[in-house]
Amino acid sequence: MRAQSCEALVLVNEEEATGIRQMRVNLPAGQPEPKAGMFYMLRAWGADEPPLLSRPISVHRWDKETRVLTFLYQVKGKGTEKLAALCHGDRLSLTGPAGNGFPVEAARGKRVAIIGGGIGVAPLLQLAREVHPVAARVDFLAGFRDEVYRVDAFEPYCANIYVATDTGSFGKKGFVTDLLDTEKYDLAYICGPEIMMKNAARLCLAAGLECYVSKEGVMACGLGACLGCTCRTEKGEPVCVCKDGPVFEGSVFYG
Amino acid sequence: MADLRVDLCGKELRTPVIGASGTYGFGGEFSGIVDMNWVGAVSGKGLTLEGKAGNTGVRLYETPSGLINSIGLQNPGVRHFIEHELPAMRALGPAVMANLGGSTIETYEEGARLLDATDVDFIELNISCPNVKAGGIAYGVKAASAHEVVSRVRKCTSKPLIVKLSPNAENITEMALACEDAGADGLSLVNTFQAMAIDLETRRPVFDNVFAGLSGPAIRPIALRMVYQVCKAVNVPVVGLGGIATARDALEFILAGAAAVQIGTANFANPRACEDVARGIAAWMDAHGVKTLDEIRGAAL
Ligand SMILES: Cc1cc2nc3c(=O)[nH]c(=O)nc-3n(C[C@H](O)[C@H](O)[C@H](O)COP(=O)(O)OP(=O)(O)OC[C@H]3O[C@@H](n4cnc5c(N)ncnc54)[C@H](O)[C@@H]3O)c2cc1C
Ligand SMILES: Cc1cc2nc3c(=O)[nH]c(=O)nc-3n(C[C@H](O)[C@H](O)[C@H](O)COP(=O)(O)O)c2cc1C
Ligand code: FES
Repeated sequence: MRAQSCEALVLVNEEEATGIRQMRVNLPAGQPEPKAGMFYMLRAWGADEPPLLSRPISVHRWDKETRVLTFLYQVKGKGTEKLAALCHGDRLSLTGPAGNGFPVEAARGKRVAIIGGGIGVAPLLQLAREVHPVAARVDFLAGFRDEVYRVDAFEPYCANIYVATDTGSFGKKGFVTDLLDTEKYDLAYICGPEIMMKNAARLCLAAGLECYVSKEGVMACGLGACLGCTCRTEKGEPVCVCKDGPVFEGSVFYG
Repeated sequence: MADLRVDLCGKELRTPVIGASGTYGFGGEFSGIVDMNWVGAVSGKGLTLEGKAGNTGVRLYETPSGLINSIGLQNPGVRHFIEHELPAMRALGPAVMANLGGSTIETYEEGARLLDATDVDFIELNISCPNVKAGGIAYGVKAASAHEVVSRVRKCTSKPLIVKLSPNAENITEMALACEDAGADGLSLVNTFQAMAIDLETRRPVFDNVFAGLSGPAIRPIALRMVYQVCKAVNVPVVGLGGIATARDALEFILAGAAAVQIGTANFANPRACEDVARGIAAWMDAHGVKTLDEIRGAAL
């Protein structure tokens, strides 16, 4: 699928937790539909205004019937601050859907763990929605530093939800990997901070689970054109996060 | 309606707007976004005889109005390009410019021979990549070394040969004259300016290679000055680039004497930049009663 560019109308842009926002936009008719794990390059400011580069944000939820596309994002710096300032009726430039997305068919008939850390839960809601009808069972395991967000949204699609927080403010005190009983699953999808993905993927791989991770990288084009997002596999081969990924088999990086 | 067609080294481009090397992939990446009828040519990712994995570490770093990159000529190699990327690039519509880098004169020569046997429209010889130790920048600084590499490559191809100059050249006019004398059919300038950034946390340079290349609006006025100087000095056509983001920017370069322009970093801020610039030039021409760019090219010289 070729990425396209369009202007989307902002419907809602509201705070979900401290520094975490949810934005719903209307994807214009005719624009290709995204799948779980894909992302868009977002820009809410002029081409001649800083920051120079647009910002990659994953598809949090896609509602086909209403064409409502939801993003979940953490306000980190200049770009996401400008996204946070958008109001109902404002325009947002989108380029996408970009990236390969999660392999959903891989979950057919399997016992699936969806594992998220912090804002890494963003692409996992749409994943749960797509995997739920094909998998034998889907569990959601989420880790947060302190404040817990968006976990309720997973309830309709997941048999069990387990939560850990670093501070112990909610759920189990500890890391998301402490929640993972690899014997209960055949396949895991993981997204979160690099260190968490590495630890979770290594646990899964050691236990013989099939596993997929969604990587991050600094992006300029999001289209595979600039090679700015390249990172090295375990074997030292360059891969393009925006085009070959962002979803990779866990063994590619953590084998 | 304005006639946007321009002649570049004997080949007709349907518009004067070219996607710049390293920012436009091999063109297809943008084909769902840009109406390629507005794009005169695509300069593909910089090729080297053998493929390259590119640089390690941080590759992109934003500045207030620019971008510093340290890609390091990651590319699949000339042969892979000819077999796998060129057919689709050819089919897109815009003229095909193969951007060729090298480490030694011999690898430049061999790359040029291989490309000469294909249906690429232009060879853009990159003697100016600041991001690989022997990525051509060595040839891009001193006019005498540029003269040597260009004359040797000239003998390997009958394709229109456009030499891409580095703004890091000791003297841009002498460099341009040396390349013209060595047989270049055209010149393109500028490539990125050598730059750097330092990480306050680690107290170390951001890039593994220490230095990297600055592009984008930050370099535009300097690029324009260099294009102006070169257009004054040489007789071959000049392709201007460096920070061009709008039709207005592009027209400045054309008034400075550029035959055509390339758009690089601006494609990241606006993936439709090439089309928007071409449409904007046409609109400006219509509004000012200009029928072809020949009427205004070099008016500022
Ligand atoms: C494919 C992909 C999908 C993403 N999906 C989401 C999402 O759904 N929700 C979400 O909140 N974020 C997501 N991100 C991360 C998001 O793009 C960055 O947080 C954002 O670009 C930061 O921009 P900024 O201008 O606000 O911050 P900046 O001012 O650019 O940076 C603020 C701080 O964050 C660091 N930073 C910036 N970019 C990144 C990055 N890509 N990875 C790690 N650290 C970074 C900087 O070094 C700096 O310390 C995604 C990234 C990728 C590559
Ligand atoms: C990410 C990136 C990669 C680049 N790769 C190449 C390359 O492979 N070969 C080359 O000749 N120039 C390369 N350039 C330089 C551009 O083609 C152009 O000369 C420069 O960026 C200035 O133009 P701009 O300001 O419009 O980007 C690259 C630039 C960027 C930003
Ligand atoms: S962001 Fe440009 S190639 Fe991935």
